[in-house]
Amino acid sequence: MPEAVGVPIKEASQGYQLRVVQEVLLALLAKEPSHGYELRARLQLALGPLAEALNAGQVYVTLNRLEKAGLVTSERVGQTVRPDRKVYELTATGRARVLEWLEDTSWPKPAPAEFHLKLVAAAAAGLGDPVRLVDAQRSELLAGLAAAQRAALAEPDGSVAGLLLEGVVLRLQADLRWLEACARYWNATKGRS
Amino acid sequence: MSANASLSYVQPALRTHGLEKEYGHGAGLVRALDAVELEVASGETLAVMGPSGCGKSTLLHLLGGLERPSAGEVWLAGRRIDQLSERALARLRRHAIGFVFQAFHLMDELTAVENVELPALLAGRSPHPARRRALELLERVGLTDRAEHLPSALSGGERQRVAIARALSNEPLVVLADEPTGNLDSAATLDVLRLLDSLRATGQTLLIVTHDARIAATADRLISMRDGTFVEQTRLTRGTTRQLGELAGLEG
Repeated sequence: MPEAVGVPIKEASQGYQLRVVQEVLLALLAKEPSHGYELRARLQLALGPLAEALNAGQVYVTLNRLEKAGLVTSERVGQTVRPDRKVYELTATGRARVLEWLEDTSWPKPAPAEFHLKLVAAAAAGLGDPVRLVDAQRSELLAGLAAAQRAALAEPDGSVAGLLLEGVVLRLQADLRWLEACARYWNATKGRS
Repeated sequence: MSANASLSYVQPALRTHGLEKEYGHGAGLVRALDAVELEVASGETLAVMGPSGCGKSTLLHLLGGLERPSAGEVWLAGRRIDQLSERALARLRRHAIGFVFQAFHLMDELTAVENVELPALLAGRSPHPARRRALELLERVGLTDRAEHLPSALSGGERQRVAIARALSNEPLVVLADEPTGNLDSAATLDVLRLLDSLRATGQTLLIVTHDARIAATADRLISMRDGTFVEQTRLTRGTTRQLGELAGLEG
């Protein structure tokens, strides 16, 4: 892993990549210059238990990319005890990019169409009982709901990460309600045929 | 199951074999439960979900000895209970099983603490220890300051928490909860949900029949029912942080 200062290499390949990491890092730098370690800590605070699975090196790799793209600049600052660290500062282009991101109202898409078409196709082809497919999907979503809810209950009152977990819980609840409607529909269809 | 078998492994808290329940006769015959095989380990929490009429409440009634099966067996902690006399069943329900119902079923003329201590008094405990235990349980469900209130002075969520405290009064082998949040708004549901989650953490064996996904999600294991049979089983404790991250949309 090139140029990142003070990062253990072995962590780099583990965990998942944060989807909007570029935008988030730029936004976190909008108030004042900061260094990779602190940016990572702020991300971890916002994500709470979800941060555990984050790729540890992604923040540093991304900062390098942002620098090459001219969205941030960096300055190497010496420390007395620890190795030098790089302090990053947002450029004008970077700031414009942050404003663009904040104003963008696109929303991650829920995906009922794929599952809906799966059920329709399964029923039409006689390949599988749509109701059983709904049952299996429900189990999967409930396991996710259980994990999210447990994590949410473990958060202290007023935790900002708890707010994220509440979002996961509410979204899964909505999906589960729709699955109930699917089960009712396809169960009734079975009765008719 | 022979008596010796109980020495060689830990008994499940609840077990059924070939459990069936029919209502009505002839053309009006309804099979509410069909050949149900169930095992609930001691300390496990199990949620049973399914559309109304799927047989989940019937299952709970048979497990709690509130109704008798048409065929099959019900075992509670290694003891067969479906053939017990009415008298023995009533005793068993008082001592070994805690019930939580949708409609709370509190005694209107008794205060919260009196409701909670009632099962202990009926089971023959002396008043002082019964009261002490009742107050402990009210503290556990966060209602110490409501101990002297009548149910009519409590909110729905508080009444259900009193009912849960009452269900724990005799340290039951198993708690059976039938739609515990069916009458509650979402804030009260959240209080009951927290309480059920803490019961799970203490290792209380618990079976919850519910149509509320959030309540079901507090359990270790989930069974889905339809038309009197189990159609799907899943372990709810298998989620990882990584999957949670995917659900949150973190992964790109």
